[in-house]
Amino acid sequence: MSLRITSATALRVLTQLRRDPRTIALLLALPPLLLTLLKYTFDNEPDAFEKIGGPLVGLFPFMTMFLVTSITMLRERTTGTLERLMTMPLAKLDLLLGYGVAFAAIAVIQALITAGVAFGLLGVHIAGSTLLVIALAVGNAVLGMSLGLFTSAFARTEFQAIQFLPAFVFPQLILCGLFVARDQMAALLQIVSDVLPLTYAFDALQRATVRGTLGSRGALDIAVIISATLLALALGAATLRRRTA
Amino acid sequence: MMTSVSAVAITKLRVVRGGRRVLDAISCQIAVGSVTGLLGPSGCGKSTLMRAIVGVQVIESGDIRVLGEPAGSTELRRRVGYVTQAPSVYADLSVRENLRYFARVLGAAEARIAEVIETVSLAEQADRVTGSLSGGQRARASLATALLGEPELLVLDEPTVGLDPVLRRDLWAHFRRLANSGITLLVSSHVMDEAEHCDELLLMRDGALITTQTPAQLRHDTGQRNLEDAFLALIEQQEQP
Repeated sequence: MSLRITSATALRVLTQLRRDPRTIALLLALPPLLLTLLKYTFDNEPDAFEKIGGPLVGLFPFMTMFLVTSITMLRERTTGTLERLMTMPLAKLDLLLGYGVAFAAIAVIQALITAGVAFGLLGVHIAGSTLLVIALAVGNAVLGMSLGLFTSAFARTEFQAIQFLPAFVFPQLILCGLFVARDQMAALLQIVSDVLPLTYAFDALQRATVRGTLGSRGALDIAVIISATLLALALGAATLRRRTA
Repeated sequence: MMTSVSAVAITKLRVVRGGRRVLDAISCQIAVGSVTGLLGPSGCGKSTLMRAIVGVQVIESGDIRVLGEPAGSTELRRRVGYVTQAPSVYADLSVRENLRYFARVLGAAEARIAEVIETVSLAEQADRVTGSLSGGQRARASLATALLGEPELLVLDEPTVGLDPVLRRDLWAHFRRLANSGITLLVSSHVMDEAEHCDELLLMRDGALITTQTPAQLRHDTGQRNLEDAFLALIEQQEQP
């Protein structure tokens, strides 16, 4: 592993993103716009919006980074740049961390803007600290990134990679407790949601926004998020093969 | 000009892909400081052989030594340069940004960037986004990347495809200069007239190595003046039992 190569990779990924201002605009503008849309659909039920508005600030980065990373990694594979890098003195970890640093930086900006709109303009009230929500948002972004990195290995085309969003992310979103509290679900679904990382991400966000403190259960949530991230990164690294058939 | 040292030594290489034998019983040596041409029709296994030499191809059996090390070993990643057939550069970065990134990965000096840009005659396009360049210019950007690290062995997969005659001549002249400075080059092509520029020819067909000869020898043995005809004559000879 080398700091020189990792930082060069992060810089390269950010430069590539800068060449695509429309993607940046979408990344930064969509979460606050969707939140605004949601606020006014819940016009007659402000309490309901209050419950999900805060946690959503921390869930958007998970989804966007999952998608952005899957596509970027797929391009790296299909254009031959990954193969070229694999013939060079670059450790797989350099590449993964380079991506991680670059996308975490984007996630920070995205979370700051979304939080600003949610807690400022839309008047979402949260019991805990804004900083904690932003920190969780960045953690979730890195989780989304590592899952995207791993799943991109199973996509041959960009069409397939995009379909992985409904395949891998939507079920987690539906089961995490955002729409329906988990104890209201069928028993089997509760068990399924127990093994999905987003369940813990949502739980931590809910504790931070509604209760104001993470508590010991929140600490467990964070441990699960970190472990899931590391596991996905390790699996992702295993899919970066120096030799292919 | 043959030296006793081999940059690449391949023994009984076999590659199987999807149940099909892509390469079979390939054995050959490539001399240090030579320009070796890997020639044969498209689909005959040239790219696979090159991928095996740079160590990115899963092989079934056989042995490949590159600069004295097993192909694909960590130590070789600084010593071997590889250019794939499709230009593998980031389309959304400029030529200079691509080179700057790969230079940092390779640990090459910053000054090398300007040098390799000059070598492949891309000075005017250096700050243009690679995706907006012509096919030939993109291929040269990809080639420039492989030159960054001053490798001892350069493996170039069809580097002159789609280039105009002037540029092709210039590139071959540059390959010759690199070889004169002690670098070994393995260059593939499906155009036989490029064989003229090589010291040694590896002729392939259907995953097998037909012959290893100098262009002069090949002409002499087949009695043909034109290398294309010589290649065809050779195939005919082999087909008659």
